Amino acid sequence: MAIGGRYVCRKRTEAHRDRPIRADSVLRMSVRIEARGLTKQYGHTLAVDDLSFTVEPGRVTGFLGPNGAGKSTTMRMILGLDAPTRGTVTVGGRRYGELRAPAHEVGALLDARAVHPGRTAFHHLLALAQSNGIAAARVHEVLELVGLSAAARRRAGGFSLGMNQRLGVAAALLGDPPVLMFDEPVNGLDPEGIRWIRELMRGFAAEGRTVLVSSHLMSEMALTADHLVVIGRGRLVADSGLEEFLRSTAEQEMLVRAADPDAFARLLTASGGSVRRGDGDALLVSELDGAAIGKLAAFHGMPLSELAPHRVSLEDAFMELTRESVEYRAGAR
Amino acid sequence: MNVIRSEWTKFRSLRSSVYTALLTVAIAVGMGMLISSGQARGYLEATPEERASFDPTNLSLGACFYLAQLAIGVLGVLSVTSEYATGMIRTSLAFVPRRGMFLAAKAVVYGGAAFVLGQVAAFAAYFSGQAMLAEGGAPHTSLGDPFVLRAVAGTGLWLTGVALIGVALGVLLRATAGAFAVLVAVTLVLPLVAGLLPEWFGRWWPTMAGLSVTNVVPNPDLLGPWQGMGLYWSCVAALLGVALAVLRRRDV
Repeated sequence: MAIGGRYVCRKRTEAHRDRPIRADSVLRMSVRIEARGLTKQYGHTLAVDDLSFTVEPGRVTGFLGPNGAGKSTTMRMILGLDAPTRGTVTVGGRRYGELRAPAHEVGALLDARAVHPGRTAFHHLLALAQSNGIAAARVHEVLELVGLSAAARRRAGGFSLGMNQRLGVAAALLGDPPVLMFDEPVNGLDPEGIRWIRELMRGFAAEGRTVLVSSHLMSEMALTADHLVVIGRGRLVADSGLEEFLRSTAEQEMLVRAADPDAFARLLTASGGSVRRGDGDALLVSELDGAAIGKLAAFHGMPLSELAPHRVSLEDAFMELTRESVEYRAGAR
Repeated sequence: MNVIRSEWTKFRSLRSSVYTALLTVAIAVGMGMLISSGQARGYLEATPEERASFDPTNLSLGACFYLAQLAIGVLGVLSVTSEYATGMIRTSLAFVPRRGMFLAAKAVVYGGAAFVLGQVAAFAAYFSGQAMLAEGGAPHTSLGDPFVLRAVAGTGLWLTGVALIGVALGVLLRATAGAFAVLVAVTLVLPLVAGLLPEWFGRWWPTMAGLSVTNVVPNPDLLGPWQGMGLYWSCVAALLGVALAVLRRRDV
């Protein structure tokens, strides 16, 4: 995808000189999204349950949770599309519905496919721009910005998902808003598109914007987010920095490979360690640090082929945290 | 004003709008000429009583309110349901959170387009239909004759109402097929079977009452032209009001 490549290069080499996003936008940054006791009930199901969190400017906040956890519902409530059953959510201190020209406050990409297939990229954006009093010149600007200028007069029905994604980003940028929201933006994208979205979000945060991006993939968030808001079954599970999230959720474990794993496991247990099996013949040891394990091995003359901190992957930490709150699980009772 | 401009861009940027507009006029004129030519022949073989109720103006407009109305109705329905079908409605309402404003802009743009289109279709159908009647040797009228201009312009106005009913049904039902089915039932099927129903039905059914204005030879079974128009437009307005209330309350 030549278009994608071009944008990525541009972003890296020229972004700071050209300032493709208007410089004056920095002046009205520092807009927070604040949810307080946000609740959404469908019949007897609580899709979102007493959710409170704040999305701060200047960083990418990952909105993380398994499918069906209530992420999209929450985002729709932020945009005033769905009404909360209880609680409030505000952008810059105001409810979204009170905003007169919301494109200047919040840019959102909910579903890239949500474009009339018969309308050209230009006219799609023009109609959206006009509704907020934005000039047609800005439409050309955002098309340039996402690398769709050449496709401006083509009908969106013929676009690839990647191009639709760019069109959706262009729409979100029309009003040059201080707050940007993306719902599962990398779903179905090719690696090029994924990288583009990631760099884009990092760039927005670096400019001081407030960026909220939802995903059910922990691995994706590990590459993009500075801060995590984790929900499961509509409830807040964690609201912390990425590193902090890891530390708080994963007990520190040591990975040990010994010549005689069974024998060494008994020795470790006898010394107060708690041991479980890892991949192959690896032992995962908690309650004992590396030095203690090393000493124990030396004392008993047990050859070790590996002794290292076991990095709990973000995915594992996430699974651990949301295990209780996953609504549908393979093999569940 | 901004939102109206936005809706106008949505309207004019779809090929389907242009096709629907052309189709409306083509049906009104083409089918109108066929009906007029057939009725001209019928007139020659008609009894004196039948001749007394022969209404050349109304006949030449028949294709408008039987057939072309379907195309105009589709225009109104699709203005809303295409947004639901594609998911565009979420983007639209995120850009315009004031839903009353959103619906009003849709009604102004699509109602306005339907008004222009309806008048063009009605006048084109009238002139071509009268030409066919004249050619067939049947009585025909001219715009200067009493109540003729009112009938022709009234047809265009009635078509405007159909588009707005389409917009309202689109909001209420959200799906193209459902909204269109209800629209056809309301504006076409029920009027067609009105002969089988009690007499009061044809008199008070709003879309039929609204067509009373198209009769130059008075039809005693129908409401008067102004009462009929009033009833029709009150119902159109009420339906839009219900649509607005639902749109405001409902999650998108």
